Formats: sequence, C-alpha cells, structure tokens
Amino acid sequence: MNLNQISTLIKKEFLLEFRQKASLGGILVYVAATVFISALSFKGQIHTHEWNALFWVILLFASVTISSKSFLKETKGLGLFNYVYYSARTFIMAKIIFNMVLMLIISLITLFFYIWFIGGNIQNFSLFFITLALSSTGFAGVLSLMSAIASKANNNFALMSILSFPVLMPMVMISIRLSRQAIDGLSWSVSYDFLLILAALNVLVIMLANLLFPYLWND
Amino acid sequence: MKNWYKILSVLLILYTIFLGLLGSVPRLDILNETIRNLYYHVPIWFAMLFMMSVSIWYAIKYLLSSNAVHEVKSFTAAKVGFFLSIPGIITGCLWAKFTWGTYWTFQDPKLNGVAIGILIYMAYFILRSSITDELKRARISAVYNIFAYVMLIVFIMILPRLTDSLHPGNGGNPAFGKYDLDNNMRLVFYPAIIGWICFSWWIFNVKNRIAQLNLKLNDQ
Repeated sequence: MNLNQISTLIKKEFLLEFRQKASLGGILVYVAATVFISALSFKGQIHTHEWNALFWVILLFASVTISSKSFLKETKGLGLFNYVYYSARTFIMAKIIFNMVLMLIISLITLFFYIWFIGGNIQNFSLFFITLALSSTGFAGVLSLMSAIASKANNNFALMSILSFPVLMPMVMISIRLSRQAIDGLSWSVSYDFLLILAALNVLVIMLANLLFPYLWND
Repeated sequence: MKNWYKILSVLLILYTIFLGLLGSVPRLDILNETIRNLYYHVPIWFAMLFMMSVSIWYAIKYLLSSNAVHEVKSFTAAKVGFFLSIPGIITGCLWAKFTWGTYWTFQDPKLNGVAIGILIYMAYFILRSSITDELKRARISAVYNIFAYVMLIVFIMILPRLTDSLHPGNGGNPAFGKYDLDNNMRLVFYPAIIGWICFSWWIFNVKNRIAQLNLKLNDQ
C-alpha cells in the first residue's frame, strides 16, 4: 500500500466527479426528488419513529445508487492501466476513502433536504450527527466492495442492491436504533455501546475489503 | 470403514424420533409438549450452520489455491445448508403457531437473523448464476460468500442486543436453558445434533460427487 498513490488516486476521483457534473448533480436531484415525494405523501403528518425509518430508507437507496457506479467508470484500457500501475490494496483503499467522503457529503445533504422539507425535531443532534457520519462511512466501505463484485458480473443495478441490502442490515439496524435514541434525547451512556459497535464494523469492513479485493483484482 | 457416519446418522436420527416422541419431558408453562421440537428444530439449524461453515472453509481454500474443485465443494455445501433451512423454518413456524400464536414475527432476533441469512444465500446463488465465465464466477462468488458470512455472523451477534428474543431461554421465557434442560432431554438432544450433522455431511458428499463429475465433464 502506497500513501502517495492513494492520495493521487483520490484526487483523480474527485477531479473526475466534479468534471462530470451530471453524475454528482444527478444524485442531488435524486435525493431532493425522493425527499420531496415523501414530503408530499406524508403532508407533514409524520411521527418521529416513521420519520426516522423513512430517513434511513432514503439514505440507503441513495448510497446504493451512488456507489453502484463507482467501478462503472473504469473502461477496459483504464482498468488495464490501473492494474499494471497500482497494487490492489492501494486501489481499493483509494476507492473506499473517496466513497466515504462522497457518502458523508451526500448524507449531510440528504439530512438538510429532509429537515427542510419534512421537518424534524432531533433532541440530541450531536449523537445523530456522529451516527450519520459513522454509518455513511460504513455503508461506503461495504458498497465499494459490492460494486466491485457487481461490476465483474455484468454490472446491473438490481444485482447490486440484491447483493448489498442483506449485507448492510447490521449497520442499518444499529443506525436506526442509535438515531432513534438521538431523536428521543436519551443520555449518551445508553448509546456508547452501539457507537462502539458501529465504529468496529467500519474497521472490520475495511479489513475485509483489503483482504478480499486482491482476489477480485487478479482477473 | 469409511461409511461409519452414514450408519451413525441413520441410527441416531431414528433413535431421536422414537425417544423424542416417547421419552419423558419436563412440564413447563406455555411450552408443554411442544418442548419436543427441541430435538428436531434446533439440530437442523446446527446442521445448517455447520454446512455454511464448511462452505466458507472451502471458499477460503479456493481463494488460496485457485483449485476449482474447492469452489464446487463450497457451492455444494451452501446449497445443502440452504436446503436444510427449509425444514428448520417449517418446524419453527409450526412450533411458533402453537406457542406464540403466530407463524412469523419480526420481534425476534433469531427469526430476523435467519431471514437475512436466507436473503444472503439467495443473493449468492443469483450472483453465481449471473456470471458465465467459469473462472470469474468461482472467484467472485467465493469472495462474496466469505464477506457475506462474516457480516451474517456479526449480525447474529449484534441482534440480541437490539431486541429481546421471544425464544425459550431468552428474556425470561421458560425454556430448555441451563437449568431447565434435564438429563433425560440431554440424552436425546445431543445425539440429535450429532445425527443431523452427520446426515448433512452425507447429503453434501453425494451432491459433491455429482458436482465434481459435472466439473470433469465440462472440462473435456
């Protein structure tokens, strides 16, 4: 693993992402439209627990949509160049870090739209924020590996969601629990355990991706 | 004698069917006679978990050696495990109808864990059938298999912290926990576990031999 190469790769990813405005803009419109539709359907009458569940469902679909194309951009020639030039671990680490940053931004934007359109009363905002940050990085880690798998298998979106939803379940369940505690304003001591598990899951996912990706790479 | 485990499995399962239905069991609230389901429902799940672990073992072996034989074994073990989950669910659903009053509930971590496990293995089968290139298929499905198994184990470990289980022995329900499972029941329960694990290994061996022959046929 080479730190210099990782930072170069991440820079390249960001450059590409901002140059192709359609892809980033597409996600923003996707999130905004979904939140708008939910706002219209619920007409402002929504209880906190449904508010919470709906938020995570929207975020889950948005994150699968974003990361499903993270390996799509690699054309055949570019893939060969990357294969010769970078090691597998460098490449997946760069992808994961890039996806984590992107997902953090998107989840914050989703939260912003969500509170703007639908409203919401979060008692313990800092707990909610930490949960959101940890889970979006976790989602990004899992989805990076899943999109690498899906890209090898003809890359269709349905396959991507079939593969990733069940694997994401542990994170989703813990996040929903944590954010519910944040909304209800429970004290921090109740949530430490779950925050620790969420952080540990992040580490576990990164380790697994590092272990397994080289086998996908040598194709 | 290399077929000892086949004979053992038949004998043990027959033994547990007879003694499981006729033997004496403690009278517990709610459970009553349905406690006998312990002899059939729980060992089947153990056998399924055993098969899934065999599947992972061969998936890791395949990634380390790139020998297609191991990958076929891993796939076969996953299929047998998936097959075992069907009687596991049916016995569980019937039992739940008579004790909890419903066939399925989303309040129980074990049921949710099983549902996610089944989704994961279905995804694995779909992934494996959606790739046509053999080498690619073997490698990608082995990677997914390992990743999904680890996440499933994590899920099963975390879930009980999130919701209390309705299963006997959890959350103050009367059960075959440490104190309730008497020695009579142990005499049937432990052989049942060994019997079902041997039985699953037998099915696995038969299916594996067919799969290996097919692999050889395709190679020619």
